[in-house]
Amino acid sequence: MADALIEVEHIAKVYRMGDVEVHALRDVSLTISEGESVAVMGPSGSGKSTLMNVLGCLDRPTRGSYHLAGQEVSTMDRNQLARVRNRTLGFVFQSFNLLSRTSAQENVELPLLYAGVSGRERHKRAREALDRVGLGDRAHHHPNQMSGGQQQRVAIARALVARPHLMVADEPTGNLDSRTSVEIMALFQELGRSGITLLLVTHEPDIARYASRVVVMRDGLVQSDRRQTPLLADVAAAAAESFKAGVP
Amino acid sequence: MNAFQVFRVAIRALLRNKLRSFLTTLGVVIGVAAVIAMVAIGEGAKAKVAEAFASMGSNLLIVLSGSTTSGGARGGFGSLPTLTWDDLKAMRTECNAVRYVTPQLRGSASVISEDQNWGTSVYGVSPEFFAIKDWPVASGSNISPSDIEGGTKVVVLGQTVVEKLYGGSADPVGQTVRIKNFPFQVIGVAIRKGQSVTGQDQDDVVFMPYTTFQAKIQGGLQKFVPGMLMVSATSSDDTPRAEKQIGNLLRDRHHIPIGGDDDFSIRNLTEMATAQQEGVNTITSLLASIAFVSLLVGGIGIMNIMLVSVTERTREIGIRMAVGARPLDVLAQFLVEALTLSFFGGVIGVVIGLLGANLLAGQMGWPVLVRVDIIVIAVSFSGLVGVVFGLYPAMKASRLDPIDALRFE
Repeated sequence: MADALIEVEHIAKVYRMGDVEVHALRDVSLTISEGESVAVMGPSGSGKSTLMNVLGCLDRPTRGSYHLAGQEVSTMDRNQLARVRNRTLGFVFQSFNLLSRTSAQENVELPLLYAGVSGRERHKRAREALDRVGLGDRAHHHPNQMSGGQQQRVAIARALVARPHLMVADEPTGNLDSRTSVEIMALFQELGRSGITLLLVTHEPDIARYASRVVVMRDGLVQSDRRQTPLLADVAAAAAESFKAGVP
Repeated sequence: MNAFQVFRVAIRALLRNKLRSFLTTLGVVIGVAAVIAMVAIGEGAKAKVAEAFASMGSNLLIVLSGSTTSGGARGGFGSLPTLTWDDLKAMRTECNAVRYVTPQLRGSASVISEDQNWGTSVYGVSPEFFAIKDWPVASGSNISPSDIEGGTKVVVLGQTVVEKLYGGSADPVGQTVRIKNFPFQVIGVAIRKGQSVTGQDQDDVVFMPYTTFQAKIQGGLQKFVPGMLMVSATSSDDTPRAEKQIGNLLRDRHHIPIGGDDDFSIRNLTEMATAQQEGVNTITSLLASIAFVSLLVGGIGIMNIMLVSVTERTREIGIRMAVGARPLDVLAQFLVEALTLSFFGGVIGVVIGLLGANLLAGQMGWPVLVRVDIIVIAVSFSGLVGVVFGLYPAMKASRLDPIDALRFE
């Protein structure tokens, strides 16, 4: 087995809402190896979003320890967490979260700006990332001039431009039609083959089939955790294409 | 991120909302422009006052003789001649804070040239008068000590008199004029002096040696000075000392007992000038402080807009934080935006303030005096306003929780 990228031991997350304590995560332990693609599923309120926020270093657990790429993250301050998000992680969101009125190129450059990469290097690497998601010719388009699928590709380019170990995707296909969803999943799988670990939160079983491991959450606990042979998204896309072509 | 990148990000964010940025800046622009204009105008007014007093004579003291009392009616200073020519000589020799002394004897007479005549003021003075007044001749020569000794019949004409008798461009040096039926030779023409503080034409005047004046124009008691004495102290700081020395000398010479009333009076024009300038200073600082208040209001405007901007861009802040912006990066971004607004406001304000000051000064006929220190203060103060009023919104932005910020609609 490859090295463990994520090692979570007995983490819990408790929110206070007025006088009520909400146990979003009760006791979760999880180990994710480099190169895995993990789909986290579960009904709303199961704690899957909280788990994603904690694993994505946007939030700290109340209890327990979290090692990410060998570093203890659960005790880091806000500046250190920002650095981890910048260097080790890439985020993809359901609503894309691109800066509007800012070109695709500049959106992709954003993480490098905070990493202190020089201008010329930023341009070059952003261009490479856009080429990699197939949008090299749209570098100067603004998000509002792009389709949802294209916007999500820009977001993926932004997530991978800083060469992260882990890509965290929160319902990345939630705002996309099924065909575009498959294309996006194909892109994720391609990135997975180059060694990037994928953590995917979704409530669509169809999407979870493209992952190599499915973790189901319920009431702040891991209900099931199983490995599977992922469906290949590019094959599925090609099949859909030929099916469509075959329709008279 | 380095400072340049932060600045670039800030500029781009501001340019995205051009009208809003412009209107926000306007508060600071008006504040700074008002400060610059008010201070420049105040300085101009001060210079104008200083110039007016300087034209009266530098470091000037005026010594007047005593007053008459007849039947209970007191005649006022100068009505009783008490100052003697010997007093004048003693002032020259015994008071070391005194630089020049001249009598100023005054009468009015008709001055007649070959084909014109003009009624004007005639002054009997010593050569030192022109030094005190800083009033050289434009052509010809000045009254000399030998003219005083000899009581020669020579005159120096003011520009207005020259115009009235000979026309604008003529040079009357060497001509003869008649005053009270005596022929006087014109030996010089004084340069143009312009209006006095009280609006009188200072060039409508004829000067002659005071000895000649006493002999030919006025007559009277030969022992006493039939007019006032003008004294110039060695420096403006020495005027109080000169005043004291002259007072002591005259009390001593006039045998006035301790506690007795002086039979003369001394006026310190430097003090008057200082008092007037202080008055102008007070008004200037009053105007400037009102202007500074408006600068403060401009700063509050910036804070207001920055707070709106932080709320509006919560999601953007969340995105930036998610991709690795540290709280400090976010703080810097918003602080620099506020600073940019206020700093450029300050610079534009300086330009507008200078234009405004020029315009107003032109209308009021004042010199424009631009004080570089005020420009520096106003611009740095506007920068400070940006930091102070930008800090709270920027801190608010930097303390946002990335999860909440990303969820913000």
